[in-house]
Amino acid sequence: MTMPFLMVISHWIWLKKKKKIYLDLTKTWSKGVAIFFAIGAVSGTALSFELGLLWPGFMKHAGPIIGMPFSWEGTAFFIEAICIGLFLYGWNRLNPYIHWASGLIVGISGVLSGIFVVTANAWMNAPAGFDWINGQAYNIRPFEAMFNPAWVSETLHMTIAAFEATAFGVAGIHAILLLRKHNFEIHKKAIIIALSFGSIFAVLQPLSGDHSAKDVAQRQPEKLAAMEGLFHTEKSAGLTVGGIPDVKNQEMKLGIKIPGLLSFLAYGDFNAEVKGLNEFPRENWPPVLPVHISFQIMVACGFFLAAVGVVFWLLRWKWKKYLFDKKFLYLAAVSTPLGFLAVEAGWTVTEVGRQPWIIYNIMKTADSVTPVPGQILHLSVFILIYLILTVVAVWLMRRQIRALHASQPQEGSTEA
Amino acid sequence: MLYVVIIFLLVAVFLYCLLGGADFGAGIIELFAGSNKEKIKSLVSNAMAPIWEANHMWVVITVVILFMGFPAVYTQVSISLYIPLILLLIGVVLRGTAFTFRHYDAVQDGSQEIYSRIFAVSSLLVSFFFGLIIGAIVSGKITAAPESFYEGYLHPWINLFSISTGVFICSLFVFTASVYLISETTEKDLRELIIRKTKLATLVMVVSGAMVFIFSYVEDVDFAERFLNHPVSIVIIVLATAALPLLWKIIEKGLIWPSRILAGVQLFFILAAFYLIYFPEVILMKNGDNITLFSAAAPEATLTQLGWALIIGSLLIFPTLFYLYKVFKIDRNAG
Repeated sequence: MTMPFLMVISHWIWLKKKKKIYLDLTKTWSKGVAIFFAIGAVSGTALSFELGLLWPGFMKHAGPIIGMPFSWEGTAFFIEAICIGLFLYGWNRLNPYIHWASGLIVGISGVLSGIFVVTANAWMNAPAGFDWINGQAYNIRPFEAMFNPAWVSETLHMTIAAFEATAFGVAGIHAILLLRKHNFEIHKKAIIIALSFGSIFAVLQPLSGDHSAKDVAQRQPEKLAAMEGLFHTEKSAGLTVGGIPDVKNQEMKLGIKIPGLLSFLAYGDFNAEVKGLNEFPRENWPPVLPVHISFQIMVACGFFLAAVGVVFWLLRWKWKKYLFDKKFLYLAAVSTPLGFLAVEAGWTVTEVGRQPWIIYNIMKTADSVTPVPGQILHLSVFILIYLILTVVAVWLMRRQIRALHASQPQEGSTEA
Repeated sequence: MLYVVIIFLLVAVFLYCLLGGADFGAGIIELFAGSNKEKIKSLVSNAMAPIWEANHMWVVITVVILFMGFPAVYTQVSISLYIPLILLLIGVVLRGTAFTFRHYDAVQDGSQEIYSRIFAVSSLLVSFFFGLIIGAIVSGKITAAPESFYEGYLHPWINLFSISTGVFICSLFVFTASVYLISETTEKDLRELIIRKTKLATLVMVVSGAMVFIFSYVEDVDFAERFLNHPVSIVIIVLATAALPLLWKIIEKGLIWPSRILAGVQLFFILAAFYLIYFPEVILMKNGDNITLFSAAAPEATLTQLGWALIIGSLLIFPTLFYLYKVFKIDRNAG
């Protein structure tokens, strides 16, 4: 959902400055948008079915309660599909500004549909808007369910993460191309646009993360305990960096402990008491090891990207000649997968961290799964299809890049 | 609000059959294009490229309405027709990506051939399973408490009745697609080729339609019986069939929009007839405890929200969608 924004920025510069290089960049990015949107659109279609195929028990209860964001998501998705058609095929056919606006709407509706979907997920963490009596939902209030207590922190965190991951991913790919001596001006322009955009969100993300952490501490203390590997309730609890939780002996191995910091981050008070896993029945513990490790990965990637973002602005303002120095390009290249890694790790934290519940404190995951046997085959087939799609998409992008290089004027300079 | 939601559900299903169906049908035509493959391929690509993604959004809307508004329908179908739904989804994923990849591959080489094959074959598969699922839902073979894997997850769809509805839907999609494609080209040979395909599709449609009737007796499905006891549906189907010669006349005269509108109306009649004989029932269960739109409906509070979401959403969607078609279809045909 970020690519369209980068594309729109480049398109705007083209409309204003009329430098052909920005037009080429817009068109190159728009092809990426088209390919990824097609994969996203068919996946989205598949997903709307899969929810029922995999979790009929969940959907039966959840559908009427939390369907509302999905109905809005459907609208946003639809508008996105229409506008992407207008944008991709509208060159020379639409008024340039209407054409530009159609690209912008692709981006906005993409963000909106992302927000709606995450709202539904937030509801699974913070169920609201119904009364649960004897295994049935009564007195449903869809509005309350959609704007559940977790929706702000989760959608904010995810939207920023998506902007950040994609922008750094795009910048990284262009940096790799520059490092490979494909010394084209267009890659430099691409990096400047992508990093200017992405770095803002990279710096904002830790703030949103802090907001999310306080939220989790309030509502899902066992998730926070698992994220931190905190087995026993502590006053003035320390923040563990790294480390491997040993569930059997209920202790953290290795890792550096910063005294009092966890209490401060969770409750804004260095002396606050943080609940450990010992406060909760053993069968309701989330799997501690994957949650803790994923959380560490997410935070590490996040801070690395924020640092790259800061370095980028320093170079851009103060030491412009080093902006395309090899060292910085390496840094950008390394960042390519980190944002996506952080996103996946973050989802692992929130999803695995909610287990064994599918709807927090209401329904267990095991009770909602489909009765149809043979799920492993189902999973394998889809994993295989998506692996193939990923490989083909990467291969297509490479072919696009080669075609782009063939069309670009070679630069005379030798600096890489 | 329940009725508002039901109307939206029907409109979404109809538009999916019309627009999505035309897109699937185009893929099937490509599959059976024979020696004219290249020509048909570029015709299909040009005709579908800007609008195909929007055409398929109707199924997302349909599914959203079902799972929010009629969760009992959604979950029962998801469980009993699990296998054909998975096959359908694999087809949906493959054809969409193959179509886009074909368009956006910067190098034109042997890979084009592979994309085209995947696109064409999966178009046929998706249409077939779509029809088969519709047939299975009304076959009265779905059960909530299966005694065996076969009874619960295979029998509802592996039967002659469901299979014949699958074939019927394929031919129906080819029919709408070819009426649409005819006016997408001005080349005389190509037009005649497509007209031949349209006639063939019509023939298959009539034959497989008859098969649906015959097999409904063979498989002990009450479809034919219900139909024959429903005079309004009979009249509608007779009208839809009788309009076929008129459609040929219009196509031969080269009237683009009248021919498209007439074919759309015919499709509408077929679906309406089908729908009327079942309303308000949706899933026919083996034990006769059929799921209806009323029994499956979500609580009123949910339906109110859903209804408003649909009304407001359609106010946003229809104008933009119209603009899309105007830019790529109406303006261009006029110019």
